Amino acid sequence: MRPFAYTRPRDAAEAVALVSGDPDAAYLAGGTTQLDLMLKDGIVEPRRVVDITRLPLRGVVRTDDGLRIGALTTMEELAADAVVAQRIPFVREALLFGASTQLRNMATIGGNLLQRTRCRYFRDPTVAACNKRAPGSGCAAVHGAARMHAILGASEHCIALHASDLCVPLVALDATVHLQGPDGQRQVPLRQLYVVPGDRPDIEHVLEHGELITAIDVPLLPAEAQSTYLKIRDRWSYEFALVSVAAALVLEDGVIADAWLALGGVGTVPWWAPDAEQVLVGSRPGADVFAAAARAAITDPFTVEGTAFKVPLAERTVVRVLEQLTETGA
Amino acid sequence: MTRLGAPVDRMDGPLKVTGAAPYPSDVAYPDMAYAALVRSTIAAGRILEIDVDAARAVDGVQAVITHLDAPRLGRAPAGALGLPPPAPLQDNRILHYGQYVAVVVADTPQQANEAAHTGRIRSRSGRERPAGDPGAGESYVEILARNGLAELTADGESTPPDPAELGMAPSGAFAAKFVEVRVDRDLGRIRVARMVSVVDGGRILNEKLARSQVIGGTVGGIGQAIFEETIADAGTGRIANATFGDYLVPVNADVPDIDVVFVGEPDRMTPTGTKGVGEIGLAGTAAAIANAVYHATGRRIRSLPITIDQLL
Repeated sequence: MRPFAYTRPRDAAEAVALVSGDPDAAYLAGGTTQLDLMLKDGIVEPRRVVDITRLPLRGVVRTDDGLRIGALTTMEELAADAVVAQRIPFVREALLFGASTQLRNMATIGGNLLQRTRCRYFRDPTVAACNKRAPGSGCAAVHGAARMHAILGASEHCIALHASDLCVPLVALDATVHLQGPDGQRQVPLRQLYVVPGDRPDIEHVLEHGELITAIDVPLLPAEAQSTYLKIRDRWSYEFALVSVAAALVLEDGVIADAWLALGGVGTVPWWAPDAEQVLVGSRPGADVFAAAARAAITDPFTVEGTAFKVPLAERTVVRVLEQLTETGA
Repeated sequence: MTRLGAPVDRMDGPLKVTGAAPYPSDVAYPDMAYAALVRSTIAAGRILEIDVDAARAVDGVQAVITHLDAPRLGRAPAGALGLPPPAPLQDNRILHYGQYVAVVVADTPQQANEAAHTGRIRSRSGRERPAGDPGAGESYVEILARNGLAELTADGESTPPDPAELGMAPSGAFAAKFVEVRVDRDLGRIRVARMVSVVDGGRILNEKLARSQVIGGTVGGIGQAIFEETIADAGTGRIANATFGDYLVPVNADVPDIDVVFVGEPDRMTPTGTKGVGEIGLAGTAAAIANAVYHATGRRIRSLPITIDQLL
């Protein structure tokens, strides 16, 4: 472990100034990923850690068309919110299927959005080939033991997964991220926050160094919508998804009037599936429509030996979720 | 820097293979002397007398050091585990068999060893002490003398019993495992729904403990059957899942109701009638789960762990 300076700024502006002005500085919030990467894996070595946990960025407030979630709200706090439970229940499900109670009590929503990949090759500093850690060095996972890896937005340069559960319904809902930088504030749609790796897996998002997530705006579903989050994993608790699907539907007179669909466990970024939504909207629920939506959700997968099973698994999970929401199927 | 993938020559390999490597006993300095240690042949008692004259007379012997003339060493302070053992050669007490009682120093190792086997130590062995009167006590020799015995021996013999006589075949513990699984036919998810272990462990001395042991082994069997796998990276040979974030063991949500039934009768082959219930909780569990998966799906999976991708 490299020694680091620890600073606890008084307000967000001071925090942003501290990190923006120092290329070797990093924020510390819940620390549930950050401290692993710093102290155990040793692949993130900031010289200055700026502790933002006491900044007033915590809590959930109702806005005209949704919720504004402070970036330091914990996963457990958000899951306990009554509006979340009633109006976007698949967000609550995604939260509670993630991590463990202990971690959810520490982990923040802002941190969840920017969590680093679980790829063991990325997290093992003795592995030389990792384009995300050392640009241009190659990808050990493509030729190695890959199972918890991405098939969408992936390539021979990188198959590292974005493992968040929460982000899956949030990209389906088109959440918006509030950022504060040295030159002021801006808003970025969550769907555009992440950068599909291409040949630069080290670039993960559009944030400038030092830009701080202060809040997330999450639209609510219509009151008549049905939603669910289905997470497929080997173990029944405390494991990242092999495949997950967040979906919501509004049915009017037996026709799908509106649809939200996104996938987790399969993408280098949280994977919104607009083509699948288009297949669904205007259609009557049925096996053919669901199969078409599933195919539209999984286009151009890049698979290796260990991840090939995720293509059929993801398609079947999409179908299962749509069957559950429409109470059709077996 | 990484050395992954590059073979590393052991710098001491050729030296060891050709015999050219020096060993500690090959190292010599000018005027070097050699020591041999004399150890106690009793486990507890006191040294009454050490005759070192004969040892000192051996050719080449420079010194014989005993508790009578060894330098006095301080005792280290007590640590978390209490007082450390006393330094050697500090007084005439013998606290354990093999305790150092003398050091012989000579010109050569052979001379030191020869002298170490020369001489005589007279010691008084430990005493039987009646409870409540630590001042009293008598030695084993005194006990024998008081009873008019020169020695006391006890002989016994044991022959494995004949299974025909016992009406019971010799065996270790054995068990039958019953497992019910639920498999999602589309998504391949496996849920172990119910497990019953019927165990013949001979006489069960502590049923609660034995039951917990079998439950623990059964949970381990769930891990063996559907979770646990050490994955080697083919390129480097390194373990690719060497954290509990990547190597899965069962969590509570994976563990169903587990029932344990003990059957059979005390083992007539052993004095206590036990057969033991150590590994028997684990043995057979994974096979029963694999059989249940076969029964549920018609698919015979022959490599563990059985995972979702094998059942799609």
